[in-house]
Amino acid sequence: MENPRHWRIRKQRYALVGEVCPHCEAKIFPPRDVCPNCGGEAKTQFNFSGKGTVFSFTVMNDAPAGYEKNLPYAVALVKLEEGPIVTAQLTDLGDQPVQIGMPVEMVTRRIRDDGDEKGIIVYGYKFRPAMSSAQ
Amino acid sequence: MSGRVLKSNRPVGIIGYGAYIPRYRLPASEVSRVWEGGKGSGPVKEKAVAGLDEDVITMSIEAARNALARAQMDASLLRAVWVGSESHPYAVKPTGTVVAEAIGAGPSIEAADWEFACKAGTEALVAAISLVGSGMGDYAMAIGMDTAQGKPGDQLEYTAASGGAAYIVGPAENALAVFNGSYSYVTDTPDFWRRANQKYPEHGQRFTGEPAYFKHIVEAGKALMEELGTRAEDYRFAVFHQPNTKFPQRAGQLLGFSDEQIKTGLLAPVIGNTYAGAALVGLSAVLDVAQPGDRILVVSFGSGAGSDAFDWVVTDKIEARRNLAPRTADYIARRTEIDYATYARFRGKIDMG
Repeated sequence: MENPRHWRIRKQRYALVGEVCPHCEAKIFPPRDVCPNCGGEAKTQFNFSGKGTVFSFTVMNDAPAGYEKNLPYAVALVKLEEGPIVTAQLTDLGDQPVQIGMPVEMVTRRIRDDGDEKGIIVYGYKFRPAMSSAQ
Repeated sequence: MSGRVLKSNRPVGIIGYGAYIPRYRLPASEVSRVWEGGKGSGPVKEKAVAGLDEDVITMSIEAARNALARAQMDASLLRAVWVGSESHPYAVKPTGTVVAEAIGAGPSIEAADWEFACKAGTEALVAAISLVGSGMGDYAMAIGMDTAQGKPGDQLEYTAASGGAAYIVGPAENALAVFNGSYSYVTDTPDFWRRANQKYPEHGQRFTGEPAYFKHIVEAGKALMEELGTRAEDYRFAVFHQPNTKFPQRAGQLLGFSDEQIKTGLLAPVIGNTYAGAALVGLSAVLDVAQPGDRILVVSFGSGAGSDAFDWVVTDKIEARRNLAPRTADYIARRTEIDYATYARFRGKIDMG
């Protein structure tokens, strides 16, 4: 497994740490140091709240290598409260059906490991149905 | 013998706390159906089971975030992130570093994993109290969290559960609950163990009761109350390590507590035994409802064996801050029942060849 590739982006993966543009206030995720809205330099760190809604989703029945263990699972485009849309797995659905517009919140979960229980475990953001009292 | 109680050089307390209990529940009737022909009833109603993408690291991160929300502080102020568990995802590579990175703590911190069977979490809490109480740091986080192992068909499979809680210790003036003292009672007792590289623990059957659980809990609780000059009626709540429903009830009786004092922190009937998380998640359920001035006794137990007893008094800061994160009861209410086959898949008990 390519450890450096995962290690390098651990902050954005673990906790949705992105950027805010100092010129136009746009919130940026994933961080890219250049504002996609106004084109200015944007290197100021911004912690996203993790709250959002399901913009669209699909259910994976055939997973890419390394993700088979969780099949079947839902993948969604989540529109974050602060604006950006991120692609992520949905988790903790239990027997709840996924619906467009459903409020979700970020949790940090196991994304994958190399399967033979010898390699590193990769952790990162997923989204689950928002817990009502946590609003 | 006097002077046994651990007291801090400066007043300290709990600044924030947070529980985590996963969504899935395995009813005891399912374990009984598969292994006892449906005839056994089990020592709890059901237990909490971690999902496929959860482990002690992910569960600790959520509990830690809840604790930070209630503490209303920046994680960069923490000087330690310590996690007690018997289910650390790695044998070598600390849980604490991943948790710290995910919550935004560090790098100027202590981070390590604690192991003392079911009292690894309270051992971390004693250390956090010591660090802050000595004045070496202002804030320290201690977590007790487990995805407990139970061998298929063993009595422990009814109860071995997933969950726990995180605590931030800090100066008493900003505390939700002030620390009055703790006492630990530890002996070499072979009641329960898991050898290196073994998947499931072994236990000494009935030996786990009298010489282990009851002896250590009662000695620790009794000594702390003697030294602090308190009696059972001085406490509104008492929380004991809870491997099942009956043990903590009986330990409470032996120390003079009524069922009324114990029931709020007794979660084992509905979430099972969360091992290193058990006493600490019981305390979080108490803090969720406690009133300013309420006194709380907490006594953990870890096999091998030992108990840590703590005395806390709730402050008026609890009211404004307890609703800043999900309550323990919210996690208990978020419940999806699973059958034994799903449980076997979730907990990696199916041999994939």
